[in-house]
Amino acid sequence: MLYAPAPLHIPDGFLSIVVSIICWVITIVTLYFAISKTNQSLGEKQIPLMGVMAAFIFAAQMINFPVAGGTSGHMLGGALAAIVLGPWAGMLVMTAVIALQALLFQDGGLVVMGANILNMGLITAAIGYGLYRSVSGSSKTVKLGVAGVAAWLSVMAGALFTSLQLWLSGTSQLNIVIPAMMGVHALIGVGEALITVFALAFIIQTRPDLLGEGSESAKGSRNWIYAGGIISLLVVLISPLASGDPDGLERVAIDLGFLDAGQNAPYSIIPDYTLPFLGETALSTILAGVIGIAVVAVIMVLVGRGLKAKS
Amino acid sequence: MHFDAFDRYHEKESFLHKLDPRVKVLVTVIFIVSNALLPDGTWLAFILAWLFVLVANLISKLGIGFTLKRSIIALPFALIAITVLFSIPGEPLYTFHFLSSQLTITDNGLLRFVSILIRSWLSVQMAILLVAVTRFPDLIHALEHLRVPAILTTIIAFLYRYLFVLTDEVFRLLRARESRSGAVTGSRSGGGVLWRAKIAGNMAGQLFLRSFERSDRIYNAMVARGYVGHLYTLNAHEMKSYDYFATAFAIGLIFILQVIGRL
Repeated sequence: MLYAPAPLHIPDGFLSIVVSIICWVITIVTLYFAISKTNQSLGEKQIPLMGVMAAFIFAAQMINFPVAGGTSGHMLGGALAAIVLGPWAGMLVMTAVIALQALLFQDGGLVVMGANILNMGLITAAIGYGLYRSVSGSSKTVKLGVAGVAAWLSVMAGALFTSLQLWLSGTSQLNIVIPAMMGVHALIGVGEALITVFALAFIIQTRPDLLGEGSESAKGSRNWIYAGGIISLLVVLISPLASGDPDGLERVAIDLGFLDAGQNAPYSIIPDYTLPFLGETALSTILAGVIGIAVVAVIMVLVGRGLKAKS
Repeated sequence: MHFDAFDRYHEKESFLHKLDPRVKVLVTVIFIVSNALLPDGTWLAFILAWLFVLVANLISKLGIGFTLKRSIIALPFALIAITVLFSIPGEPLYTFHFLSSQLTITDNGLLRFVSILIRSWLSVQMAILLVAVTRFPDLIHALEHLRVPAILTTIIAFLYRYLFVLTDEVFRLLRARESRSGAVTGSRSGGGVLWRAKIAGNMAGQLFLRSFERSDRIYNAMVARGYVGHLYTLNAHEMKSYDYFATAFAIGLIFILQVIGRL
């Protein structure tokens, strides 16, 4: 098997139309800025560069390292792309990768592609670049450390946004999907962080000019620090709230009318998210998370074994 | 690696292959949107939508089960929807004990779960058919005609063009790692997880540098051949009358599907 699908690609059918459209709008607006900024600042030379870089991200997702029990770590690349190419170019590159995965491999749906680009391309690039940019004057060790944290957080943010979209679409239950997705991606994120850090260390060692003063990496506006910081803060604040007090988050969503809109109220049976099998204690949330992680881990091991046997 | 290693196009002489790629993209997207709009448990509409997929398969001459065989790809994701089985109130169907908790599958939960799976399964089949009957460069041109910004479509075109080149590069790197990872039988080569991650990270960095330098060379070669910032095509992609007819017909059928689903 040449190509290992990552568990963040949402297929068609799992998001409601309203949630898909909202995600498309956010994605299109962001990409509009990315394209106009890129057109302003870059010459025609950058287009082949970004195309080959997109192929690089795609190919780099195949580099894996064995962890344990047949599973292996590999990366999504959003943070790395944004750090080495600059945030806007990084977003365009990730968008191209996600679009190709959906079009060619059906890894991720077409109508939900807006959500997938948002989760895996835009948010990851914003966090990855924003946090890295905030320490641009510091020593190499600090930079690499922050890059690692940024890569880890970017994966967590992707998982959080995916979970929220699934919940708003009425596809998953909030108090299960958040701990399960966040738990699994806390591990996946470690792989992402390690590969990102070591790849950057290698590039700094061999081609320091690519990441130094005057490179695309250093040119990004300081506003990215705020953008990345705010999204990271959201992740850090929402995740515990969502796992510890899902009803609180749900109340907020109901008050704001999100839940009704997201689930296409006109015809669907709106579930009142009762919890017939788990109480509302923190313990049950953690238990749900552990079960989710265990189930997904078992499936990942099986899939990993299967892929290994095939290749 | 051969240039078409990642290609999903299946050469055949059929009406679907001949259709303008814009029509195919449009109908596929409308079909997927229509699936997302069908209410839960509208079995008749789901069956008709599947018939639509089957007939499209037949017309494409790829065989009636062509997309069916390839459609299991979206199934692992179903796991994420499994909670609706228990979370939606309704008549209890089946109760069992799992660890310390009691799980009850309700009829409404099952209805929603199955509906989500069917929608996803139908949609992925149409997407599979789309790339099976459309050459990827044509697909990209269709996107351009459909107002996707040129910079994005060009990046995707380059990505597609160099996909297999860089995949070869990765395989070279992986083979090099493999061939230097000798180990005594029964023990693992190399250090701990952190060390292995470091090697993988270095490989990613190495791949980045090689890609970066390659893009430089590619750009120079393109300039040498007259590149001025955009790509040209010899394939004009003109909509013919049967393209319009096919679009109208397909959209009409999908509309009827929606009506039946809501009766």
